[in-house]
Amino acid sequence: MFGLGVLKGMMVTLRNFLGSYFSKERLTTVQFPEERIPEKERFRNFPFLVYDKTPEDPRCVSCDICAKECPPKCITIVRDSDSAGKPLKRPKSFDIDFSICMNCGICEEVCPFDAIFMDHEFELAQYGRFEDLNYHKEKLLKSNDYFKKIRPTDAARIDQKRAAKAPKA
Amino acid sequence: MEHTLSEPTPTLDTQMLEVNLGPQHPSTHGVFRMNVTLDGETIVKLKPVMGYLHRNHEKLAENMTWLASMPFTDRLDYICSMTNNFAYALAVEKLAGLEVPERAQYIRVIVAELTRLVNHTLLIGFLLNDLGAFFTPILYAFREREKILDLFETISGSRMMCNFFRFGGVKQDVTEDFIPRAKDIIQRYPKFLDEFEQLLTTNEILMARCQNVGILSKELAVASGISGPMLRATGVPYDIRKVDHYSIYDRFAFRVPIGAMGDVYDRYFVRILEMRESIKILEQAVREIPEGDFLSAKGAAGAKAPRTFKPPKGDVYGRIEAPKGELGFYLVSDGSPKPYRYHVRPPSFINLTVLEDMTLGHKVADAVAILGSIDIVLGEVDR
Amino acid sequence: MKSPEDIYHDLEAKFPGAGITREGNAIVVPKEKWAETAVFLKENPEYALDYLSCVTGVDYKEYLECVYHLYSLQKKTGLVTIKVRTDRQKSELPSVTPIWRSAEFQEREAYDLVGIHFQGHPDLRRILMWDGFQHHPLRKDYVQENQDRPPGEF
Repeated sequence: MFGLGVLKGMMVTLRNFLGSYFSKERLTTVQFPEERIPEKERFRNFPFLVYDKTPEDPRCVSCDICAKECPPKCITIVRDSDSAGKPLKRPKSFDIDFSICMNCGICEEVCPFDAIFMDHEFELAQYGRFEDLNYHKEKLLKSNDYFKKIRPTDAARIDQKRAAKAPKA
Repeated sequence: MEHTLSEPTPTLDTQMLEVNLGPQHPSTHGVFRMNVTLDGETIVKLKPVMGYLHRNHEKLAENMTWLASMPFTDRLDYICSMTNNFAYALAVEKLAGLEVPERAQYIRVIVAELTRLVNHTLLIGFLLNDLGAFFTPILYAFREREKILDLFETISGSRMMCNFFRFGGVKQDVTEDFIPRAKDIIQRYPKFLDEFEQLLTTNEILMARCQNVGILSKELAVASGISGPMLRATGVPYDIRKVDHYSIYDRFAFRVPIGAMGDVYDRYFVRILEMRESIKILEQAVREIPEGDFLSAKGAAGAKAPRTFKPPKGDVYGRIEAPKGELGFYLVSDGSPKPYRYHVRPPSFINLTVLEDMTLGHKVADAVAILGSIDIVLGEVDR
Repeated sequence: MKSPEDIYHDLEAKFPGAGITREGNAIVVPKEKWAETAVFLKENPEYALDYLSCVTGVDYKEYLECVYHLYSLQKKTGLVTIKVRTDRQKSELPSVTPIWRSAEFQEREAYDLVGIHFQGHPDLRRILMWDGFQHHPLRKDYVQENQDRPPGEF
């Protein structure tokens, strides 16, 4: 019969439509922002810096490796120096331009001091395109407890590695 | 004022109309323009114009280390980022002579075949959208695709721009729930394909619009360098997985479906059959995956300190069977940590060579269907 | 599948004294002989290289080079790499589009980005850059304006 193919197709559509009232398989809409999908641990959005005890002593020693390896070159670091002019192992300013960053995660991979990791926050909309999206050191620093909360297995592995390397701490 | 019978009555004056299909057009799969010359509604000449998404990928790579180009290869064919990574990693491993451990090979094959499922499902959805079935097949396709993309997010951190492959393996090991979830998806996929086929394959409207439209002959396809499902739909059994034996594809038993006529309907049907073959490969791979390393030692050193990764001097051409066709990378190294020349051989770009030949004589609506069946993505065409 | 050594000897025998040389895995053909060699490689039943996979233009500092990668679909045999060289100022090469149609868009791209003129190409014009763009971006001596803009400044 001519038109049988179209009718069979309409049975599929009808089955999907009626099935969406009963099974979760067929109705997959999540009513964001009231409902949210659970976060995956390895989800990488923008980077953040880790500090151990206080925001005044971050793990970063301003070696500049992440700035050199970053593919779109969005990291700018200026090393701190004390009153005599001798350079210190600390960044004076650490800027990441979030409008350039492409969330590749290479900065996290190459850091030798476990100082920079990828965060999970994605609701970061701003009004100013250039000023507001250029994140400075204060906004980027987050504590190790926050790191443990969002990425437990990675944080546990890093803590173990650091404890094994520095037993005199 | 008399007309004799031998004189013809005067007719209307007609003119050919030159129209731009694109660059902003919902059916052109991106910013792609076609200059079409029309006689009434029939196409007389067609010139494709591209370059609206040219991001100068090849020159950027000359200023970055070998590893830093990996996130940019994700953005070439932005729907199938894992296979782009695969092609680049394969080419560099050939150049530098790196070995890949067993577990990493299996992970690569599983991820590449899942990407093939994603691509073909999405393409059929978009083809139907172009034909006018506004959004029902696409949403069914997207529902299945979301499950696979969630899986990619669990292992690599990102749904589409995965950046998962490294030279000598993969970036991280897969999580423990990866194999059970992959098995679940693979087990449910044939049922989804059966339902999709019941909706589409015998549909009279689809058959009337797609059969005998955009026929491509075997000789023209081979001469024009066509590859992928478009070549197989014309009847040439050429699949790079079977010819080049790259990675571990010769351990899996699968067939290569070919078409008979080379029209739009054949290209659609070859993709459905290819999805079923991919499911067979996936079933074998998730059963046989061994324990072991996910990245070789040299690869890990190269990933931790990209400035020290220096392949020897020389050039290489590495290619894989990407879902859209033959994706190849031609790399020239001069012994430094940055490439000297980096060239991508994109399948969509070269498959567009025969667009004019296939659309001559058809109507404008058919041109949209034919473009949809070639399966282009502008990130690859323009790089 | 013949090794590059054998292919080189065959070509040497067919076109003696033409200056065909071998470099690594590739065969370097002088541009005057390239059109004839291409027809020979395609029509000869022993090779039957009917599938042109990739055409790349490369800029080495003293010369420009065009690299061709050929496959045979009939015999399912693999890669034959041919390199053809020309100099920078007057860069002209014979086009292989009449022989393998897949070169049509790829040669246009090599012309657009590296600046190699192909004689005999049916429609040689820019493909990725817009018409009227000056210079060729992928050459090593191409300098764009605002090259050293510091980050954060627009």
